[in-house]
Amino acid sequence: MYFYNVNELYRAMSPSVPLQEMIRAIRSARTQCEERGVIQRECAAIRAQFRQADNGGRSHNLAKLLYVHMLGYPAHFGQMECVRMIASPRYSEKRVGYLGAMMLLDEKQDASLLITNSIKNDLSHSNQYVQSLALCTLACMGSAEMCRDLAPEIDRLLRASNSYIKKKAALCAVHIVRKVHDLGGVSCIASSGGTPSDNSIPRVLHGAVVLIIELCERNPETLERFRKTVPDLVQIMKGLVLSGYSPEHDVAGISDPFLQVRILRLLRILGHNNEGASDAMNDLLAQVATNTDSTKTVGNAVLYETVLTVLDIKSESGLRVLAVNILGRFLLNNDRNIRYIAMTSLQKIVGTDHNAVQRHRGTIVDCLKDQDASVKRRALELSLALVSASNVRSMMKELLLFLSSCPAELKAHAASGIFNAAERYAPSQRWHIDTILHVLTTAGGDVRDETVPNLIQLITNASELHCYTVHKLYRALLTDISQQSLVQVACWCIGEYGDLLLRGECQETEAVQVTEDDVLDALETVLQSHMSSPATRGFALTATMKLSTRITDNVDRIRSIVSIYGSCIDVELQQRAVEYNALFKKYDHMRAAVLERMPVIEKNSPGHTNGESTGEAIKDIQPAKVKQGEPLLPPQPANQVCDLLDLLGGSEETLQPCPAVGAPAPGLLINTASTAGGDLLDLLGVLEPAPLAPAPTVPVYEKDGVTLTLSCEKQCDTGLTVTLTASNSTDSDISSFTLQAAVPKSVQLHMKAPSGDSLPARRTAKVTQMVVLNNPNKVNLKMRVRISYTSQGSAFQDTVQIDSFPGLDAAGQ
Amino acid sequence: MIKFVLMVNRQGQTRLSRYYEPVELSRRAPLEADVVRCCLSRKKDQCSFVEYKDFKLVYRQYAALYIVVGVSDSENELSVFELVHNFVEVLDKYFSRVSELDVSFNRPITAALCLLAPPFYSTTH
Repeated sequence: MYFYNVNELYRAMSPSVPLQEMIRAIRSARTQCEERGVIQRECAAIRAQFRQADNGGRSHNLAKLLYVHMLGYPAHFGQMECVRMIASPRYSEKRVGYLGAMMLLDEKQDASLLITNSIKNDLSHSNQYVQSLALCTLACMGSAEMCRDLAPEIDRLLRASNSYIKKKAALCAVHIVRKVHDLGGVSCIASSGGTPSDNSIPRVLHGAVVLIIELCERNPETLERFRKTVPDLVQIMKGLVLSGYSPEHDVAGISDPFLQVRILRLLRILGHNNEGASDAMNDLLAQVATNTDSTKTVGNAVLYETVLTVLDIKSESGLRVLAVNILGRFLLNNDRNIRYIAMTSLQKIVGTDHNAVQRHRGTIVDCLKDQDASVKRRALELSLALVSASNVRSMMKELLLFLSSCPAELKAHAASGIFNAAERYAPSQRWHIDTILHVLTTAGGDVRDETVPNLIQLITNASELHCYTVHKLYRALLTDISQQSLVQVACWCIGEYGDLLLRGECQETEAVQVTEDDVLDALETVLQSHMSSPATRGFALTATMKLSTRITDNVDRIRSIVSIYGSCIDVELQQRAVEYNALFKKYDHMRAAVLERMPVIEKNSPGHTNGESTGEAIKDIQPAKVKQGEPLLPPQPANQVCDLLDLLGGSEETLQPCPAVGAPAPGLLINTASTAGGDLLDLLGVLEPAPLAPAPTVPVYEKDGVTLTLSCEKQCDTGLTVTLTASNSTDSDISSFTLQAAVPKSVQLHMKAPSGDSLPARRTAKVTQMVVLNNPNKVNLKMRVRISYTSQGSAFQDTVQIDSFPGLDAAGQ
Repeated sequence: MIKFVLMVNRQGQTRLSRYYEPVELSRRAPLEADVVRCCLSRKKDQCSFVEYKDFKLVYRQYAALYIVVGVSDSENELSVFELVHNFVEVLDKYFSRVSELDVSFNRPITAALCLLAPPFYSTTH
């Protein structure tokens, strides 16, 4: 670096206003307008000076112009002056000229091409500072053509003996590598890049390492070549870590942490997916991890980079454990920055080292309550990733607490995360419904649109909880009608199960005496409130209509409500009201049948619109028959209705008369429904023993009452998802059931979290485990599975080898 | 990689700025205003790393001056944090007890030259 007292020189050389005085004038301007006036005057003076012939104050004027540019004012008229100054023989002018070039010129300006020749000449200048100016400028704003032209020069300078030039040349080379993508330029630099790694001067080393990182990231061949330098890098790193105090490069007790971080990053790139290189650096990484002082931030920065490297290469398991422990220590640190980065890194590994991260769950959940928004966001994402079947209740409690106090931008994400987790791990339906209701009351405005039909579908499925649900929703409706999703669900339930509400008794929650008038009042409030959206009003109107069959006394009141809306401005409401009016007047005999209870809605069925469709004439027999079909199908993680579709011959037309899966057809289908039901029964009867075409399951292990079946699904050309399902047919429960799998070396294996670890007796529940395999070399696929469990107090262990996978051909492709 | 470095005072005025990627003049002012708003509204004991659009901001407060560095996602934030401190220490040594005035009024060109120094440079890649 070359610092220099600019002001005295300028004052001696020129008569015009020196830089200091201009700055003073600008500072003393009291308003923006005044400041602009001062600057415009100065710019005019500068322009006049530029037009004159060479005078001593050129650099001084350009300096003023650069200052004006730094304040944000346009200064493009200085570009040509920069070009002229760069070509000048005087060092002071060159310097300001190059600075101006770096600030005012970029690739898009035409003037930048004009300095190519000057740069070329200066690169061979005898003065090293001039050379470095040229190098800096090229590295800063060199376009692709300029870089291509000058690459041989840079190459030459990389081999120079002067370390000052070497380091600048290395950095310039990095820029060239980024700009010039064709192989010619890259290869010539790559060949010279090999030598710097055995150079001992740290600054040059730093530049060289950056250059190597850049080369390796872009070109896999160079990556292979530089793998040979891993031992050298390890040596250098060891030297840095173990060396004593070196005043030149010391930052808070660590010698040259920036270089250490760079080398660690390079090691990460070189060791990624490569066993040999990873082995060579295992010792070093352990050494760095243990020897680095972690009381200061600098040390933590180096440790962080080490952890990232360990997690990214093929390190041995002891090292990985060490890395995760370091992250755990970070989590307990008082400094928020460190906690933030710990959580960022844990997020990256939660997929692969799930158990290790689970150990720190308590701390992560505490971070949800932190004041800082960044920390909260990270804690939320990590918590959602850590929810599993065993901890779902406690985690959900924390997450719901978080939802009520979290900042607005995280609410939607948190709500959808909670829904996903609840869907996957809900221990009971009542808990599931409670959780969703809680979310709707706290964050109803931020949930996705499909929450309402999903919730309604869930409620219809939980038939024993209808009474409880409707009571709870009614109470929620009375307290608050601003949350649209909640109000919609509440209206739908009240309409559907209003008779349960009016009956007044309920086992699961304390009953409330509700009269018909109360219920109608509530619905009317929703209809008339300005907070209700048109969709919500639609729900409320339909609910009111449905109640006409469920209540006895106030049918007239309902009739009058409905007729009022016959002249509503909202077209949708008006249409509904008119239709309902017609139902009262002309089709009164059909009203009871039309407004009957809806059947259980199947999830993910084609044509499943949303839960809001008006009632249809559907006999209750239909859903019961379809339900009977379900246990005959082998348990699959995929949804069961799709399987049902396949049973039905895979054609869409046969679905139309099947009411449980399709949207209700317009019109009344009392008669056709029963015949379709008969067809359904026949199909189901025939298909009892047959396995399903989409995903065949094969039993692979059967001993002592424990059965393990396997099914697989090809995801892509080399990827395969295998699902292992275990069941227990003995009379005693099995606990701590774990599966471990091993595959041939070239196949990559990734086990997801199992659905549980206990197998209750007599096949009452199953445990499923999904395993994702990637077979890039298409070797013969084999898998060895070790089963371990505890039954009646004693531990059992067994191994089974699976050589053939159903759904794959004999070669395992 | 480092995208930009800003030095901003408490009132939100940019004292020094350096962009390591081409950004048009017209887009710089709103970007700076937005970034500064993010950082100035944070309390003292909050995390120094903020996620902003598609990159991260690492900021540090020194008396009345905020130094904000915009980095891409793949960068080691703690390392950049230390780099900022290193930079300030260098300025301190050179100007002997640097202040906001030095950076913005007395020796702006010098400070701008500092931002061309190798540590920043190498971290831009």
